[in-house]
Amino acid sequence: MVPGGPPVRDPVNDPPEPVLYMGFLRNVVAAGLMLAATLVCAAADEAELRQLVAKFADANNFQATEAVVRELGATGSPAVEGLLTALSQGSLYVRKADDAIFVGDEVGPDIKLRDPLNGEAVGTVAKAGLTKIKVNNTLRRVIRDALGGLTLGSNDPAVRLAAADTMFKNPDPATIAALDAAIAGEAVDSVKARLEQARASAVLLSDLGEADKMAAIDILSSRADQDSLSQLSRFQASAEGPLRASAAAAVATIDQSLALWQVGQNVWYGISLGSVLLLAAIGLAITFGVMGVINMAHGEMVMLGAYTTFVVQQVIRDTAPGLFDWSLAIALPMAFLVSGAVGLAIERGVIRFLYGRPLETLLATWGVSLILQQAVRTIFGPTNQEVGTPTWMSGSFQLGQLAITWNRLCIVVFCLAVFALLLHVMKRTPWGLQMRAVTQNRRMAASMGIRTPRVDALTFALGSGIAGIAGVALSQIDNVSPNFGQGYIIDSFMVVVFGGVGNLWGTFVGAMSLGILNKFLEPYTGAVLGKIMVLVLIILFIQKRPRGLFALKGRAVEA
Amino acid sequence: MRGHLATWANTVVAGAFAAGISITMPAAADDTIKVGVLHSLSGTMAISETTLKDTMLFLIEEQNKKGGLLGKKLEAVVVDPASDWPLFAEKARQLIEQDKVAAVFGCWTSSSRKSVLPVFEELNGLLFYPVQYEGEESQRNVFYTGAAPNQQAIPAVDYLMSEDGGSVKRWVLAGTDYVYPQTTNKILKAYLESKGVAGEDIMVNYTPFGHSDWQTIVSDIKKFGSAGKKTAVVSTINGDANVPFYKELGNQGVKAEDIPVVAFSVGEEELAGLDTTPLVGHLAAWNYFQSVDAPANAEFIDAWKAYTKNDKRVTNDPMEAHVIGFNMWVKAVEKAATTDPDAVIDAIVGVSVPNLTGGFSTMMPNHHITKPVLIGEIQADGQFETVWETPGLVVGDEWSDYLPDSKSLIADWRAPMSCGNFNVATGKCGGKAGTTN
Repeated sequence: MVPGGPPVRDPVNDPPEPVLYMGFLRNVVAAGLMLAATLVCAAADEAELRQLVAKFADANNFQATEAVVRELGATGSPAVEGLLTALSQGSLYVRKADDAIFVGDEVGPDIKLRDPLNGEAVGTVAKAGLTKIKVNNTLRRVIRDALGGLTLGSNDPAVRLAAADTMFKNPDPATIAALDAAIAGEAVDSVKARLEQARASAVLLSDLGEADKMAAIDILSSRADQDSLSQLSRFQASAEGPLRASAAAAVATIDQSLALWQVGQNVWYGISLGSVLLLAAIGLAITFGVMGVINMAHGEMVMLGAYTTFVVQQVIRDTAPGLFDWSLAIALPMAFLVSGAVGLAIERGVIRFLYGRPLETLLATWGVSLILQQAVRTIFGPTNQEVGTPTWMSGSFQLGQLAITWNRLCIVVFCLAVFALLLHVMKRTPWGLQMRAVTQNRRMAASMGIRTPRVDALTFALGSGIAGIAGVALSQIDNVSPNFGQGYIIDSFMVVVFGGVGNLWGTFVGAMSLGILNKFLEPYTGAVLGKIMVLVLIILFIQKRPRGLFALKGRAVEA
Repeated sequence: MRGHLATWANTVVAGAFAAGISITMPAAADDTIKVGVLHSLSGTMAISETTLKDTMLFLIEEQNKKGGLLGKKLEAVVVDPASDWPLFAEKARQLIEQDKVAAVFGCWTSSSRKSVLPVFEELNGLLFYPVQYEGEESQRNVFYTGAAPNQQAIPAVDYLMSEDGGSVKRWVLAGTDYVYPQTTNKILKAYLESKGVAGEDIMVNYTPFGHSDWQTIVSDIKKFGSAGKKTAVVSTINGDANVPFYKELGNQGVKAEDIPVVAFSVGEEELAGLDTTPLVGHLAAWNYFQSVDAPANAEFIDAWKAYTKNDKRVTNDPMEAHVIGFNMWVKAVEKAATTDPDAVIDAIVGVSVPNLTGGFSTMMPNHHITKPVLIGEIQADGQFETVWETPGLVVGDEWSDYLPDSKSLIADWRAPMSCGNFNVATGKCGGKAGTTN
């Protein structure tokens, strides 16, 4: 290839490959438009591209690889898209025997090779015969920027959207013409809006006239997020006259709206933290709140639920990988049964001998918690176990300026469902009626013919089982190790005591208000001091209202 | 207790077997050299420390296969200090006084190390400490085989400031709220300011142990990073809190290309509990990675997997530190021809042994060792890929040059100085309160 720029070819009349031609027609036209505008003016033909690609073999450091990537990006040829994507994912290889470049997919100990330009399968080679082309973050960013230009004409609106976003974040006045062409040809409204924003951010840096820049400020201020704010404030610093004033006005408006979103974000984070607290505490609200057993092994019930999830996922990975997205749904009943059964065993084996002796119960259940921890450590090892996240629970979506992650949303919904179910069991079923009867007046209930020991055992098993299913949900946000439960035990007691012992609604309100309070304090005080302040506030609150937010009234409490 | 018994039984068997083939060695089981292993096997730190206990048992077994030391077999004495700092001191005392071990390999957290220091000083024992730490310490009876801040934190920051690392201009220093992150961040902040980074471009954030709700902090980092200057996060977040932190980063879409996170406490072991696909490109700074392409490393990994009978067991940096420390001790004992602590302390300075990254590490007079510094990027398979390394070995600097209090202090345990905190400004030993000499 000639240094200084590839020779001019007509991409439509001289396609790199007949098969590619049909599929890439649209891209090629778009790329052609863009290139004409950016004065790169060319798309190299296949032989020249191959020559360029072969340079990867000689690039033995990141700078050299970067130079090759830039050259490839500058050709504007859509054929390099797959190749660059492969490089950024670390799946581009050099064959040691002849320095040829391939895209490779790992298959066990071997690597299946594909041609870097047309994707044809070439064969399979052992890993030892290949050298992976290393990439680092800087290189990935260069590749992403190069792809941003190349994928602007993609058939997939999502890819075009990503391209527009990349160009928005790295504004370059040289791309305005290409963006204009893309905007003119864009049919999807949301993509078009993003393209216009990308163009506006480039316009601010260009030497276009005042009117254009005014329009750009308007477009950016309507986007009203952190990125447009930082672009506008940088522009404001360098602008003069009316442009400066209007940029300043836009910055002020965005600041105001972001401050509002900040409040919304704190509330959402608070609800999300509250739902985690509620999930952890809800089982304890039964065993401690309703039955009055100080159960220090509660956290270990949560941990058992998390390990059940791990085991279920292992079995699914080995036997039916297709079911993986359902693994949590399968783990839920299993975790309930496992933790419930262990809870039942603890109640029958230890706690029933200790009713009415809180101090002994505390010590005994603490011992049980240590035994359970060490048992899990012996069976599964002390290290973290990997619990996978089903694809539908990964990532986040944008609601205005709020980034809401799917796993947190799922936990909030799940937590509400568990709470509703538990409320139904307690208030609307005969079993719930018996439970309440026994805890309110044991002797009266016994004389009415209720088998109180059986109700005790089942209630404790229910509380433990609920803790188990909480473990399934919490395994998604925390690490599954033998210490898993310890992190939740203090918080759980805090929530139950704060909300009012014996009152499910109290637990609910307690968890949510502690969550939101914590998240409003955190930005001002930091996580450490925030947590301390919450604890101090609870202590003060308990001084004032020793029975918590919603105290039970009546003789039962005194008994 | 059971572990102890099993080890004892093993030794009897091994000893009896060795007696059959060796002429020079008497067969009695008590004629062994005892090596103490002081790592938590239960409690919070078991997650990290159990592997090191296994490493020590593995190294001792390998050494015995080679014929032991000074014609005697080595015997491991394993105790469990249960992640309880005062218990560390008690167990250390038990190892030295009752079991009469020749050397102790152990501790992970700085709190546990600080707790045993007086015991080792009083009873004149030997401790090999394998974990990266905050520096500001040099003790006659302790050998620091992990990294000092200048062997991990400062090269990592240098890398990020370089063009290869992305010319970072804005820094988030995020850590767990205890001594190691606090001191390291203090050093880093002073270092960054000396490099011309403005105070407003540094954000320091501390979180409690085991912090699991990272939503606010990750969104703050995102906001801090959107000011138009290239931003990076330097993480001294410890242990279990890392997994939820990285999960939140992945879910909120913080990409390594935009805001890379370089961690000092995240190794192969921590990543084993995590799907690393969304984390590709985030960084860690260590002196060893399992992925390092060196014959010594390949050999070690194969032997380790064979020993643990588990093909998935990973290796990590503190394990390498134990390998280096153990080999140094063996060599020093051979050199001194005795396991007497005073003789070993004198003999070990200057001892050079191969490390697992293809070079040699040397014990320096300040009881720290020379190491290469590697920066690795997290890969989709949970391993690191080295993207940068220091051109040569870096000598561990116990007293940071970037802190006003310790600038003029040095340590040299060779006679005649024999001092852990010699003040070169005043020419006197004992420069700073709170340390021993």
